Amino acid sequence: MDIYLLEAVINGLLLGGVLALLALGLNLIFGVIDVVWIAYADLVMCGMYAVYWLHVAGWPLWAASLAAIAGVAVLGVLVHVLIIAPVLRAPPINQLLATGGLLFFLQSFTTLLFGTDFRNIGVRLPIIEMGDIFISFARLLAFGFALVGAVALYVFLKRTYLGVAIRAISQDREIMGLMGVDQRRIYLVTSLIGGALAGLGGCLLVLQYDVHPFLGNTFGPLIFMICVLGGLGNMIGGFVASFIISQIISIGGYYYSTEWAYVLAFTLFIVLMFIRPRGILAR
Amino acid sequence: MLSLAAVSAGYGSFRALFDVSLDVEAGEAVGVIGPNGAGKTTMMRVISGLVPMDAGAMTFDGRSLDGLSAHRIVERGIAHVPENRRLFPRLTVEDNLRIGAFIPQARAKIAERMAWVYDLFPRLKERREQLAGTLSGGEQQMCAIGRALMSGPKLLLMDEPSAGLAPLVVQQVFDLVRRIRAEGLTVLIVEQNVQQVLEVVDRAYLLEVGRIHLAGSSAELKNNDLIRRSYMGL
Ligand SMILES: Nc1ncnc2c1ncn2[C@@H]1O[C@H](COP(=O)(O)OP(=O)(O)O)[C@@H](O)[C@H]1O
Ligand SMILES: [Mg+2]
Repeated sequence: MDIYLLEAVINGLLLGGVLALLALGLNLIFGVIDVVWIAYADLVMCGMYAVYWLHVAGWPLWAASLAAIAGVAVLGVLVHVLIIAPVLRAPPINQLLATGGLLFFLQSFTTLLFGTDFRNIGVRLPIIEMGDIFISFARLLAFGFALVGAVALYVFLKRTYLGVAIRAISQDREIMGLMGVDQRRIYLVTSLIGGALAGLGGCLLVLQYDVHPFLGNTFGPLIFMICVLGGLGNMIGGFVASFIISQIISIGGYYYSTEWAYVLAFTLFIVLMFIRPRGILAR
Repeated sequence: MLSLAAVSAGYGSFRALFDVSLDVEAGEAVGVIGPNGAGKTTMMRVISGLVPMDAGAMTFDGRSLDGLSAHRIVERGIAHVPENRRLFPRLTVEDNLRIGAFIPQARAKIAERMAWVYDLFPRLKERREQLAGTLSGGEQQMCAIGRALMSGPKLLLMDEPSAGLAPLVVQQVFDLVRRIRAEGLTVLIVEQNVQQVLEVVDRAYLLEVGRIHLAGSSAELKNNDLIRRSYMGL
C-alpha cells in the first residue's frame, strides 16, 4: 500500500477522534435538551483562545488547558441559563435563531477583542517517524485525549445516577419529575458537560490549528453534519459518522485537495440524507 | 395522610377537576373509579405536582404540598405509577429501577431496595439486563411498580395498572396490589376494572366529569345500584 495513503488514513483516524468528541458533546446537548447549539464550534473557538492567551501569559500548557476546559464549561452553563432556558418552550425556529445569534455574537465579540489575526500557540511538538510514515505528535495527543474524554463520558453516563437520568430524559421528558429528577438541574449539568467537551476540543485543536474568530465556520458545519449523519441525538451514530467523514476528508485531501474533499463530504451527506434521512444508524 | 380539599385544576382554560375533596389515611388502600375522561389521571397528576392546582389545598403528612414541583413531592414520600406505565423503553430493567432511586434519601438504600423489589418480582431479576421495551405487558407493569417502590414511598399512586393487560395478567396485577399493601404501603389506585378493584381497596370514590359523585366503603359501593348498573354491568 502507498505509504502516503496510509499516512492519510492515519491522519483521518486522528482527526476523527477530535470530531467524535465534539459530536458527542453536541449530541449530548441535543439529546437531553432538544435544542441544537448551532454555536457549538464557536465555544470550541473560545476554548482555543483561552488556552492561547493563558499560554502567552506564561501559564504552562496543562494549566492553561484545565482553565480553558473549566471556563468553557461555565460558558456552557451561561449559554443555557441566558439563551436556551428562555426559549425552551418556543418553536424550534426561534431556538435556532437564538443559538444562531450567539454564533454571530461570539464571532463578533472575539473579533472585537482579538482582531481577525490567525494566531498560533507556537508549541512545537515533535513529529514521530515510524518507518517511512510521519505522524504529528500533536494529532496523536489530541486523539488520545479525545478518546479519554469519550470514555470518561461513557463511564459517567453508565455508572452515575445523573448519567442514567441523562439517558432517560430523551425517552420520556414529562415523567422525569415522577422519578424525583429536577429537569432544570439535568439541563444545567448537561450544558456544563457539553461546554467542558467543547473546551477540551479547543485545547486539542489549538495544538494543530491557528485560532481566529471564524474558526467555527470550518468546524461548525462539519460537526453538525456528522451529528445529523449519525442521527441527531444518537451518540453512537455520531461517533461512527465522525470517522467516516474524517476519512473522506483525509483521503479525499490526499487524492485531490482538502477543498474537494469537503465538497465530496457534503455531497455524500446530502445524498445520504435522501437515502437515510434519520441518520445512518437510524432505528 | 393525604388530603385534598376542594381542589380544582385543568389545562389552560379547560377545567378538568372541580372542588375535589379526598382523604387517604395511613395504611389504607383507596380506589378512584369513573369513566374515561372523568379526570382521574388529572387528579393523580395534580397530587404529583405535574399539573398545577388552580384552587384548593393539598396536604401530605400534615404538610402542605401546594406549589411543590414534582421531584420535591417524590422526596416527601409519594411515588406515582403513571398511566400506560411509561417505562424508559431503551433502558434496561435495572436502569429503570435505578432511576426510581434518584432522590438522595433513596440512593443510600439502593442495594437493599433493589433486593426487595427483585424479591417481590423475581421475573424482573431474570430480565434485569433486558431493555424495558422488550418486556411483556405484565412484566412492564411489574417494572413500573418496582421503579416507583425504589424511591421508598409511604404512599403509592397507581393509575390504571390493569389497563391493556390480558385477563389472567389483570388478576396478577391485583394480587400485586395486595402484596404491596401487605408490605405496609398506603395505596391510592385509579381503576376502570371496578369489580376487581373493589376487592382490594377499603374505600373508593366515584369521579364523574371532574366531580366526586359518590364515596364509600368497598362493601357499600359493591351494593350501590348506580355502581352495579353503570360500572359493573350487573
Ligand atoms: N394534556 C391535556 N391537555 C388538555 N386536556 C387534557 C389533557 N389531559 C387530559 N385532558 C382532558 O381532561 C379531561 C380529563 O382527562 P383525564 O384526567 O385523562 O381523565 P381520565 O383519566 O379519568 O380518563 C378530559 O376531558 C381530557 O380530554
Ligand atoms: Mg386516565
